Amino acid sequence: MDGIGRTFASDWRGSGGLAWQWGPRIPDLTATGYNRMVVSMQTIVRDFDGTFAALADATRRDIVRRAIAGEEGVSELAEHYPMSFAAVQKHVAVLERAGLVSKERIGRRKVVRTNREGLHMARRLLDQYEELWRGRIARMTDLITETEETDA
Amino acid sequence: MTVTAVRKQAETFTMTLEAEFDAPADRVWQLWADPRQLERWWGPPTYPATVDAHDLRPGGRVEYHMTGPEGDQPRGYWEVARVDPPRSLAFRDGFANEDGTPNTGLPATESRVTIEEIGGGRTRMSIESIFPSAEAMEQVLAMGMEEGLKQAVGQIDAILAENSIARA
Repeated sequence: MDGIGRTFASDWRGSGGLAWQWGPRIPDLTATGYNRMVVSMQTIVRDFDGTFAALADATRRDIVRRAIAGEEGVSELAEHYPMSFAAVQKHVAVLERAGLVSKERIGRRKVVRTNREGLHMARRLLDQYEELWRGRIARMTDLITETEETDA
Repeated sequence: MTVTAVRKQAETFTMTLEAEFDAPADRVWQLWADPRQLERWWGPPTYPATVDAHDLRPGGRVEYHMTGPEGDQPRGYWEVARVDPPRSLAFRDGFANEDGTPNTGLPATESRVTIEEIGGGRTRMSIESIFPSAEAMEQVLAMGMEEGLKQAVGQIDAILAENSIARA
């Protein structure tokens, strides 16, 4: 699970100029990004919460899965569920607000499409916390090694 | 490799990291208990930390600032919840305003540190960081959806994997 997330994160970083298409920029918790992290933390946390809240519902997760293909509109999606069109429309609206799906016009139709960047945002945030702490542990190790040498 | 395990539970907003050191527990504890040592590892190299106050007792505060390459000085604090030298430490880590008061507009992280000797002169340290979750956590618990959310995270990974294959 983590392996996939990490591969993807480095893939994203490796693409260099690729701009964050959706939502606020995730802060880079490495050295140079620290202050930017402080500044933008509030927005990120709010959106991070929104992402998980949106995914906390089975129907909405299913919509996200179906909308990867980006072929169905709200009315076609609604046919898959034993609930009203209005209820499905509401679920789509929650996902839209969380940045997980967006509506796209294809010819005369409007389709719902999953926003992949929105999906891996939550995982990336945890990945960056891991990096922050890995850096700290490395410095702790250096410190311990250093005092051992002094004592010797 | 000193980091031996990392568990990220997206559904509980928790990251647990385990590391092992070739040192007794007392030595590892000093990394936290001695402010001069703490400031040598807390901040990244380009944002070194300076510890301004260090009261490692329940209810006590640790205050620090970091100095960036452009002279910027973000400030932070810990609110110490529990201390049991050299075995455990729990604190709330938040951002502070310029005057040192907590910046309540920014999220604070709960951290629990556990230190235990594992024989052979080695010590294991585990750090559990709980990310603030407010709205989402309430919602998740209210709906009894913890298991569902775990599946959702699995699904996210599956989707991401599909995407990277498609790109390749």
